[in-house]
Amino acid sequence: MTYLPKPKFRHPSIEKNALGLTHRDYEGSISTLCAGCGHDSISSAIMHACFELDLPPHRIAKLSGIGCSSKTPTYFLGNAHGFNSVHGRMPSVLTGANLANKDLIYLGVSGDGDSASIGFGQFAHSIRRGVNMVYIVANNGVYGLTKGQFSATSDKGAKLKKGAVNTDDAIDLVTMAIHLGATFVARSFSGDKKQLVPLIKAAIDHKGPAFIDCISPCVAFNNHDGSTKSFDYVRAHNEAVNALDFITERAPITADYDPGQTQQVKLHDGTSILLRKMNADYDIHDRVAAINYLMKHDVAGEIPTGLVYLEDEPGDMHDRLNTVDRPLNELSDADLVPGSAALAKINASLR
Amino acid sequence: MRSDQVAPADYFHKVVDCQWACPAHTPVPEYIRLIAAGRYGDAYMINWQSNVFPGILGRTCDRPCEPACRRGRVEDEPVAICRLKRVAADFKEDVRARMPVKAEKKNGKRVACIGAGPASLTVARDLSPLGYDVTVFDSEPKAGGFMRTQIPKFRLPESVIDEEMSYVLDLGVNFRHGTRVDSLKGVIDEGYDAIFVGTGAPRGRDLDVPGRAEAAAHIHLGIDWLANVAFGHVKKISKRVIVLGGGNTAMDCCRSARRLGGEDVKVVVRSGFEEMKASPWEKEDAMHEGIPILNYLVPKEVKHIDGRLTGMVFEKVRAEYDAKGRRSLIATGEPDTLIECDEVLVAVGQENAFPWIERDIGLEFDKWDMPKVDPVTYRSTIPNVFFGGDAAFGPKNIIWAVAHGHGAAFSIDALCQGRDVDVQPPAKGDFVSQKMGIHEWSYDSDISLQRRLKVPLRDNAVALTDIRVEVELGFDTARALAEAQRCLNCDVDTIFTTPLCIECDACVDICPMDCITFTEDGAEPDLRKRLNAPALNLTQDLYVSGQLKTKRVMVKDEDVCLHCGMCAERCPTGAWDMQKFSIQLPRAGA
Repeated sequence: MTYLPKPKFRHPSIEKNALGLTHRDYEGSISTLCAGCGHDSISSAIMHACFELDLPPHRIAKLSGIGCSSKTPTYFLGNAHGFNSVHGRMPSVLTGANLANKDLIYLGVSGDGDSASIGFGQFAHSIRRGVNMVYIVANNGVYGLTKGQFSATSDKGAKLKKGAVNTDDAIDLVTMAIHLGATFVARSFSGDKKQLVPLIKAAIDHKGPAFIDCISPCVAFNNHDGSTKSFDYVRAHNEAVNALDFITERAPITADYDPGQTQQVKLHDGTSILLRKMNADYDIHDRVAAINYLMKHDVAGEIPTGLVYLEDEPGDMHDRLNTVDRPLNELSDADLVPGSAALAKINASLR
Repeated sequence: MRSDQVAPADYFHKVVDCQWACPAHTPVPEYIRLIAAGRYGDAYMINWQSNVFPGILGRTCDRPCEPACRRGRVEDEPVAICRLKRVAADFKEDVRARMPVKAEKKNGKRVACIGAGPASLTVARDLSPLGYDVTVFDSEPKAGGFMRTQIPKFRLPESVIDEEMSYVLDLGVNFRHGTRVDSLKGVIDEGYDAIFVGTGAPRGRDLDVPGRAEAAAHIHLGIDWLANVAFGHVKKISKRVIVLGGGNTAMDCCRSARRLGGEDVKVVVRSGFEEMKASPWEKEDAMHEGIPILNYLVPKEVKHIDGRLTGMVFEKVRAEYDAKGRRSLIATGEPDTLIECDEVLVAVGQENAFPWIERDIGLEFDKWDMPKVDPVTYRSTIPNVFFGGDAAFGPKNIIWAVAHGHGAAFSIDALCQGRDVDVQPPAKGDFVSQKMGIHEWSYDSDISLQRRLKVPLRDNAVALTDIRVEVELGFDTARALAEAQRCLNCDVDTIFTTPLCIECDACVDICPMDCITFTEDGAEPDLRKRLNAPALNLTQDLYVSGQLKTKRVMVKDEDVCLHCGMCAERCPTGAWDMQKFSIQLPRAGA
């Protein structure tokens, strides 16, 4: 937690994006989270992703529930739309907002408590419905705001700071998301921005429910020996299936990779994802194999990260509902009210 | 520098750009913090320890610290360090009781200082309290040298000189005023243990053009004329005056002329305006007083009617640079320019002159007829004769003379105490954590967005009528506080302890200047390209950690670090800490 605001000065040769903005223009107010909190790194990754994609902040809506994770939207994208909802109710508010105005980019920020406990049902249904959004869970395995009790994503056998052992099974949100029909599913780690930033960029570009489970160590309550969500543990057990670069049309592929180890995934809007495979046999388009892979590695005590599952031709809620192209909130009375002549015609047809 | 190695004091000294650039290494941020705290006397004493003449320097220093100031790289304008020094001098309480006490017991060693300028007085100040019997010789009745005779009173009031001379002379220095030394051999023969020569560069360079000799009554050498003005021998000047030369002496001449009856005063320089030797602010002050500066004009002829000056003819030139960047002035071929005038002041440079040093006493001179002086020990080829100030290496500024004085005093002390003069002990650095609590530092870490403040000036209508009225009014305490808060506290360093780092990225995320990067190790030129913000300023160092758990290293570019302490506040493990660095330089008796 810092009391003083971040100084306004910036590096004299700071980079600008196509909008003439610097990454500092994507900041919010200063974070009040604990020093070293992984969530602040996720905020930073979101800011960098939006900066690199040249996104105008006012075309983004950030929504969250309650918890340490859900405080973070205040600390990034100060010029974006924001909604801090009731505990666990972010997905339904986001769904409603998306229904009304599908033109905004929806960023749902949640935590393991907010999504795997109180909001578990909301999480499930928003993904099931195919809402076009980026749903990021800052997953630290504990209830930080209430001083570090186990959360629903805590691994069985993990230890609390004072030694208590978790006896319950963990919910794996990545497996759940694939199962529920998310069309972009990834896991990452707040301590690895090289992996996280391109994932967020690709997720923002993805049209459909994109889910990122981001392990984010709680420095205050869950970064000790015996924790399975500490910096050391995650670094030691991280099993990245791939590393990726998200490539917009503006930036042609120049990197020279071994063709057997790389895979270029062309996306519908001309962008593409360049995957550098860490595991040659892994197929990101195979749902069943993905779930198998996740469960196998879970048993082995490993943490698979990277882009786990991707559907190339995703659809979203608006496609399913067959809504008009224009956002619903832009439709006027003239568009919506057919008029008395039309009514008379309908009435006449019923006589 | 690698953070896991024992920190050499020089590395962190260099981070304090202003202190590093100051020849006397004045701990600038330390005294600026004291000014901000309203502790003017403490701020003055810190200055006094380092540069001996804070009141004088706070008005006249050439300020090598300011171009070096980090604020100038972060914003466009550096902190007004020099004028804050004046604030300390202006608002201090009576500090006489805080001056060193006279040595109760003399140590039996006798030191002669020739000339009572800043270099000699620094030697006297450093050595007297240690028990040395110091005798200062000067031909003038009062101490101060060129500070008293060359700098016009409207820039430096006499009372300030008197005060700061007395602090030194009252330490028990034996001041032989009105005593011109005509023979170095004579002084040597008096059996002093050490002799320090601080006689300045007392000869003004003259002009050699047709008509110069004939019109001599109306053409004056700048430094001699300024001295005559200072002593009241010259009280007025003609209406139309040309000042030749582009240095600070020329600026003092033209501004003095404006106050003594010169209505149409012009400065004419050979070089371009930008290349003039005068400090930018001195040029600004002259122009503010309605004095035009005409450039690229080379003096060709003095026009006169039977010895009565009527004007000067100048050839128009332009600058051309060869492949090595050396400048030559080429005639443009345009018709010559005639500028009418009644008097000319020649301020085209100063020279050293040592007619009083015998050439057969073992003191060697170089091909420019300058004494051979060691630039570190200030020792000449006679083992107990030392030089400093302008007498040693030609015309420089007061602050350099002070620095030479400190160095020479250290050497003289070494010589008299039987140590090897040629062995310089390394500087010692000291670090004190500034952490008071989770968000509390014992320095003001908030970064002020205040732009540089201008020092208020007396109105020209008043200033130009009296040569003894000081032009600059100095900062008041409110302005001083606002200006002081622009200081970035560069002496409060970001210290990194490799084993404590958990690589959470918090410092990288919070750093407002993108100074910090975690990356694969490499050679410095390679590292410089791979940072979050490329480190293009090669004069600024990289601070590199030892190897971290992920085999990477932390690299911090010192260049534009604000010393805001955000990295340390965000660090959950205390791997970053803000520690105040202070340096103990080799000083006599320290």
